[in-house]
Amino acid sequence: MMRMLSASWHWLIDRLVDVGRGARFFLRLCWLGVASLRRPRLVVDQIYFIGNFSLSIILVSGLLIGFVLGLQGYYTLRRYGSEEALGLLVALSLVRELGPVVTALLFAGRAGTSLTAEVGLMKAGEQIDAMEMMAVDPVARVLAPRFLAALIAMPLLAALFSAMGVLGGYLVGVEMIGVDAGAFWSQMQGGVDWIDDIGNGVVKSVVFGFTVAFVALFVGYEAEPTPEGVARATTTTVVVASLAILGLDFILTALMFSST
Amino acid sequence: MNQKFVDLLVGLFVLLGFAALVFLAMRAGNMSGSFSLSNTYETHARFDNIGGLKPRAAVRSAGVVVGRVTAIRFDDKAYQADVTLSLDGRYQFPKDTSAKILTSGLLGEQYIGLEPGGDLAMLTTGDRITMTQSAVVLENLIGQFLYGKAGEAGAK
Repeated sequence: MMRMLSASWHWLIDRLVDVGRGARFFLRLCWLGVASLRRPRLVVDQIYFIGNFSLSIILVSGLLIGFVLGLQGYYTLRRYGSEEALGLLVALSLVRELGPVVTALLFAGRAGTSLTAEVGLMKAGEQIDAMEMMAVDPVARVLAPRFLAALIAMPLLAALFSAMGVLGGYLVGVEMIGVDAGAFWSQMQGGVDWIDDIGNGVVKSVVFGFTVAFVALFVGYEAEPTPEGVARATTTTVVVASLAILGLDFILTALMFSST
Repeated sequence: MNQKFVDLLVGLFVLLGFAALVFLAMRAGNMSGSFSLSNTYETHARFDNIGGLKPRAAVRSAGVVVGRVTAIRFDDKAYQADVTLSLDGRYQFPKDTSAKILTSGLLGEQYIGLEPGGDLAMLTTGDRITMTQSAVVLENLIGQFLYGKAGEAGAK
């Protein structure tokens, strides 16, 4: 009995230590991320790796989600005789929720995993240790530019996703089904506020960028330096980042949109 | 890969992202609308009941959007709702214009409809629209209908 108690006590202490280390790592990444602005070359390379390579999946899935929203929204709205509100429905659901959230989930799968695997393999290949030997801070040289690049890429990708989704909704709703184009756009402009809706969507995507980048880098940096360790770390990144995104999304939505 | 080429692609990506943001703000949002409504004048209107009217609801005259509802507060002297209307400076309305709360469609949002009167003097900032008609409240309507029926039955 005593042994079980002391075991769970130790487990609790270990988790608390993990949380503290995570928080310290996060602050360090933020600080060094700002500092890595002095080395834009590294950041630009990482934006290319993280942002441009994610572009195709984000654009295509944005368009497809827009198609689906257009179809489903039309079938539901038709029951109430308000097909004209289709534009508003598509735009609001994309800008407020689907744009930031789905982009962040895809981003965790596409860019987060590759960050974790890259950092984990660097650790397994003892490159990180070698850097420390040469008195180069691996967090500043390797992790911080990746962190900053993810922060920059994520809101831009979310905006592209939402824009492609609106375009997809337009193609299906107006061009295919035949909702009136004027009503589609005017209802959208009447109902979407550029600060309350679009601005908050951007804030959300920035927060998700922080989340994905931090989880991916932390998990990769803490990974066991073995092939299995890296494999497990990659899985952990996707699971933890996705859950964190969805949980944070609920909190952010409750904070942002509850007053209206 | 050539460093310059990478820079070019990253630049393209960033530009594309910002273009998407501008597209959302201007085309899907009301950013362009909020610029054109910079020249406005504010009038007030008191309603007995505003129903489901919300701030940022449209003010229309003859179906055309001529302004927005900017504020709604409860006036505890008159026990009425005091609605602030911000009207587009391009449009002038006579002082005896009347305001109604209307609903677009069966389940649509509520807006304020202005019907111009015949006065020669025009509304200016701070003026009050005196002739108002409240929102239709379904319960009151049903109540009136039922009382009407009861009255008819009693008269027989």
